[in-house]
Amino acid sequence: MRVRLTVNGVRNEVEVEPRRLLADVLRHRLGCHGVHLACEQGACGACSVKVDGRLTLSCLMLAAQADGAQITTIEGLAGADGTLHPVQRAFNEEHGLQCGFCTPGFILAVTDLLERIPDPEEETIRRELSGNLCRCTGYTNIVKAVRTASRLMREVNGGAGRSAPTVPSPTEGGGRAT
Amino acid sequence: MKPPPFEYARAASLEEALGLLETPGARVLAGGQSLMPLLNLRLARPSLVVDVGRLPGLDGIAADPDGGLRLGALVRHQQLLADPLAAERAPLLRQAVRHVGHVAIRNWGTLGGSLAHADPSAELATAAIALDAELRLLSRSGERGVRARDFFKGPFVTDLRDQELLTEVRVPARPTGESSAFLEVAPRQGDFAIVAVAALARVAERTLTGVTVAWSGAAPTPRLAAELGPSLEGMTLDGDDLERTCGEAGRRLSPPSDVTTSADYRRAALGVLAVRAIRAAAA
Repeated sequence: MRVRLTVNGVRNEVEVEPRRLLADVLRHRLGCHGVHLACEQGACGACSVKVDGRLTLSCLMLAAQADGAQITTIEGLAGADGTLHPVQRAFNEEHGLQCGFCTPGFILAVTDLLERIPDPEEETIRRELSGNLCRCTGYTNIVKAVRTASRLMREVNGGAGRSAPTVPSPTEGGGRAT
Repeated sequence: MKPPPFEYARAASLEEALGLLETPGARVLAGGQSLMPLLNLRLARPSLVVDVGRLPGLDGIAADPDGGLRLGALVRHQQLLADPLAAERAPLLRQAVRHVGHVAIRNWGTLGGSLAHADPSAELATAAIALDAELRLLSRSGERGVRARDFFKGPFVTDLRDQELLTEVRVPARPTGESSAFLEVAPRQGDFAIVAVAALARVAERTLTGVTVAWSGAAPTPRLAAELGPSLEGMTLDGDDLERTCGEAGRRLSPPSDVTTSADYRRAALGVLAVRAIRAAAA
């Protein structure tokens, strides 16, 4: 079947089997090798991309389901001249990666987090990124990188001070029992 | 792994979807957050995947004139989390859905998909049972309603027939002054719950009335704690009556035992969690 995908602003039309995952079509047909696949069951977050602006696990979506969608992968974040996105800069500056396998997924998830919650506390960062696993266990520097990215993005946006979350906090009004 | 081969059809209308579902071996795909892992693991091998994800008119949350709530089957978890009407009329749904997965999963996962998939640890199934929700099931031969309390037949097994589509969830009007809480124990944030408790109660002068408790991890499917609720009628929150009654209710259960969690652990955890959920609702 024919599927139309606009990936990082470039329109594509590809012939795919219905069973093909969006992640595999992005990687193997459209050259987005930054879309990493690990668990293929929605547990690790390595394959995170944005589909029509929504953070998405591309291993849990058929390419056919994404027909007509606008997709952003890690390849689409830096400027055309190679200028890094503020989240990429922050991961670089804070050494927010070790082997780097989980990094594209984390960076997509962090851009989504900072759009929803521009200035998150550490506890919020850890909760909101709990769907992304780093098996090097480099979480401390990842959290630092999110704090730095938050500052960089607020500087870019000309805002100062702490912004209110734009969506309800999952822990609001009663905690977990663990 | 990768999904096995199947045919794929995206339904443009409810009528088309119901027609496609008459194909032997057809399977509904909504948000895909449960079916896609099953396909990737090859635990599901449908002949035809019927994508209902873009069907119009099934993603609304509307007020029922009698004070209840009507939720379309395609309401996404993240939408439910942020919806003011749902928060007002059935806050338990929001309290439950915030435990479901992570944001990427909640962006696509649907209410109807979660209920139809019937994972034994599903938070929304437990909440729907507590709220005495009714599920509307549509096929070419007609429509019927099934109470959530009668819908779950076993792990991943429901009353839904092959050619039926779950289209709507109706939550009846809740009593004035009722409050609620949803608590769970999970190995990590967003993971499948080991046990979970949904509690609804009214509290006046530290005394409980109209208590409803539903739990998961107590039996092969989420279920109503049918004896516990009535046994708490008129009970005071002071002292340790609540602890004793919930603890005894937990000990009477025959919960499943698996490689990570024993039945004894679930019995103990459910008793404790029921107390905490009732106290959280009363707070």
